[in-house]
Amino acid sequence: MAGLVPIAETAGTAADSGADWLTGWRSGPADGSDAAPDWLGAVRADAADRFAAHGLPDRRVEDWRYTSLAHLTGLELDWAPAPADVAKESLPALVFGREADCRLVLVNGQVRPALSSVPALPGGTVLTSLAGALASGHPGVADLLKRRVAATGGALKALNDSWLEDGYVLIVPDGVTVDMPIEILSVGTGGALPPAYQPRNLIVAGAGSRVTVVEHHVGLCIGGYFANLVTDVAAGAEAIVRHCKVQDESREAIHIALLDAALDRGAMFDSFCFTLGGRISRNELRVSLDAPGAHCRLNGAYLAGGRQHCDHTTSVDHAAPETHSDQLYKGVLDGRARAVFQGKVTVRQDAQKVEGHQMSRALLLSETAEVNTKPELFIHADDVQCSHGATAGDLDAEALFYLRSRGVPEGQARQLLVEAFLNEAIDAVALAGMRLPLERNVARWMAERPRS
Amino acid sequence: MAATAQTVAQVRDLGKYKHGWETEIEMETAPKGLNEDIVRFISARKDEPDWMLDWRLKAYRHWLTMTEPTWAMVDYPAIDFQDIYYYAAPKNTEGPKSLDEVDPELLRTYEKLGIPLKEQEVLAGVQGAPKVAVDAVFDSVSVATTFKKELESHGVIFCSISEALQNHPELVRKYLGTVVPYTDNFYATLNSAVFSDGSFVYIPPGVHCPMELSTYFRINAKDTGQFERTLIVAEEGSYVSYLEGCTAPMRDENQLHAAVVELVALKDAEIKYSTVQNWYPGDETGKGGIYNFVTKRGACRGDDSKIRWTQVETGSAITWKYPSCILQGDNSVGEFYSVAIANNAQQADTGTKMIHLGRNTRSRIISKGISAGRARNTYRGLVRMGPKALNGRNFTQCDSLLIGDRCGAHTVPYIESRNRTAKVEHEATTSRIGEDQLFYCRQRGIGEEDAVALIVNGFCKEVLQELPMEFAVEAQKLVGISLEGSVG
Repeated sequence: MAGLVPIAETAGTAADSGADWLTGWRSGPADGSDAAPDWLGAVRADAADRFAAHGLPDRRVEDWRYTSLAHLTGLELDWAPAPADVAKESLPALVFGREADCRLVLVNGQVRPALSSVPALPGGTVLTSLAGALASGHPGVADLLKRRVAATGGALKALNDSWLEDGYVLIVPDGVTVDMPIEILSVGTGGALPPAYQPRNLIVAGAGSRVTVVEHHVGLCIGGYFANLVTDVAAGAEAIVRHCKVQDESREAIHIALLDAALDRGAMFDSFCFTLGGRISRNELRVSLDAPGAHCRLNGAYLAGGRQHCDHTTSVDHAAPETHSDQLYKGVLDGRARAVFQGKVTVRQDAQKVEGHQMSRALLLSETAEVNTKPELFIHADDVQCSHGATAGDLDAEALFYLRSRGVPEGQARQLLVEAFLNEAIDAVALAGMRLPLERNVARWMAERPRS
Repeated sequence: MAATAQTVAQVRDLGKYKHGWETEIEMETAPKGLNEDIVRFISARKDEPDWMLDWRLKAYRHWLTMTEPTWAMVDYPAIDFQDIYYYAAPKNTEGPKSLDEVDPELLRTYEKLGIPLKEQEVLAGVQGAPKVAVDAVFDSVSVATTFKKELESHGVIFCSISEALQNHPELVRKYLGTVVPYTDNFYATLNSAVFSDGSFVYIPPGVHCPMELSTYFRINAKDTGQFERTLIVAEEGSYVSYLEGCTAPMRDENQLHAAVVELVALKDAEIKYSTVQNWYPGDETGKGGIYNFVTKRGACRGDDSKIRWTQVETGSAITWKYPSCILQGDNSVGEFYSVAIANNAQQADTGTKMIHLGRNTRSRIISKGISAGRARNTYRGLVRMGPKALNGRNFTQCDSLLIGDRCGAHTVPYIESRNRTAKVEHEATTSRIGEDQLFYCRQRGIGEEDAVALIVNGFCKEVLQELPMEFAVEAQKLVGISLEGSVG
């Protein structure tokens, strides 16, 4: 069985970090089919060893300084949840206000064709499940996966590497433009034990291709679950990949996502992340600008209340000259919520004529909210223009006064200002149809937030 | 040459006669290495009270449990802490015999800074040159004592910390280690165990210190050694401005420097602490330069108190230094102005921490980093707004300038806000000298090096203007000199 992970002896350090939360993980994915290729077993075992060596990161690990996963280790998880019974009608269609023309549905990390509607996509574009792509021995998928698994990337990536069972795979051939946005709906369901799932997603955009992916993560339960996602993106020369993520997981869920993108000459990666849900969530983006002309825009907006903890971590590596990056993250915090923004921009030696800009702003609406920001610049070339900015504080008292003096009640004035604050980030969403629903989400969140 | 020899002789005589420096201390050197006996030895030599020895020993025992920090972006070969003299008398015999033997490069730099010949000897460590504070020797021997008298008339205590331990033990005991506890960090703990000497300043309530205090004026300043400890206490409503260091490059035998500086500002008090650090950076490959691992921290204990750090860091092979402010009192203010220049193989990891605890506390951070050659320059800072820092305010600006394509400039700020009413703003930029600015200067007949110095001085202006007048002028020259050879 390729999926069996011989880990019991080496798991000492990992197990030390908590209770029994890894019990189910040790037996590996129950892949059941003999279709999984032979190399996969070795890759999984190797990754499992790496995870065991690291253990779960605690706050002494610099990258996790502000985000504690102690909550996770207290859970007893169901690592191989049985396929949940989900009716198509119960699926939300919030993203576009209606069901998208092309939608792939994952439930607890597994692709569910019966719930999905995937029309024929132009120019041989493939949208399928990782399990299917592995079974059919798709050469591009295996190559990319092997390469990416070999790259190090911290304990939680190793944990995901050790599983490699399912997820979505999108392959856009060279020169193909996919006009319709592709919606990925990821549903988490509760269970007697909180399910743990680790989908591995791949987006391969050929040279000169264009594609837009909208990921929508929702929880169809009140209880918790643990989602540990990794998405690998490879953009060929001059490709344009737009990635828009709406994270509206259950308020008890732990959502840890890593997206790792490599961009070739002249390629463009445009990411927007809207974070609303989750008890503990982390959205980590690593973008490597590998050839001249590569360009990325990373934007995000977040709303957190109660005891939510939301973390946005980015790392942009300007590995080649004439590359460009731009980042804007804005968030609003209420209750006892905590937000983290860590943004790293690296400019390598000889990567001249680089521009890298970054801005992070947070609004604190309550006495007990907290924001921790760590923007970092590591510059090894001289002909560069890099900047970062960070602010944290309450709404501008003067703006509030202005509205109040014109007869706008305080509550409404605050709501207007918060919406205006977040809309700056939301305006950056390339997909016009997405903006209004997102703005509505902000308005609803503001209306529903408990009055202090 | 004859004239030089004559001055050397004269200066030597001056030192021997008027001050009687060659006391028995010079004969004593503790063996290499560090253990409890060495700590006891140091304490006994200084005839310290028992509580001081206990404190040193506690620090030493704690130090044994600690590991050297590795998080800073600096590389250096491992330090063998057992291969260091922790108590050594000044080495008179090892210096050059006259200025003729001093590295001509060093002399050229002195000349550019406009330092008088006699002063050069002291700085270069010429054998026989007096060890008293620089200005005190050259102007007149009585200068130092005159200053002392005037300070005494105001009730200001300004002396070495060893003297303070003899004459004012109660004050030292009350404040020492209250800002930087002996458990603070690896180097501060080491310093607590073995500190050799340093300055002690006490400004009584309501006193506006009548002059800028400088290590220049303090007798014994030069032999404070590698583990210097400074403690400045400003009582209620008092004011003091303290200058440390010197613009001229200092020759020094000790490669590792681990100093600790503690500032205490009580209600309505204000402390300005200015540093110009220009220790030997090593040769072009960084060989032989000083490792400067310093812990500097100020506590704004009282309401409406203020601490301002201003630093110009151009020397040392490695600088590891984060002058910080703990803003405890309501309405207290912390400021940090820094210029850090790293050329050739120098590495600087410097910045500040502003910990806002009290209400209406304000802080301002202006940091200018300049990297040239193969140097690495890192700004590392923390701004923390505690839950009670109502209406706290911080503004941070970190700008980095790159000269040459083999250097690095890094910015690592940590910003933590736990108060809604607090406002934190941080901005950082990194760029190189604009071609258009250079072109403008060149076109008007300004040589390339001068043009760079001019532009860099403009870049640092915000910080340099915070320095006391006499420092500011020299610091401007220093900026130019530090960057020599970095262009063209």
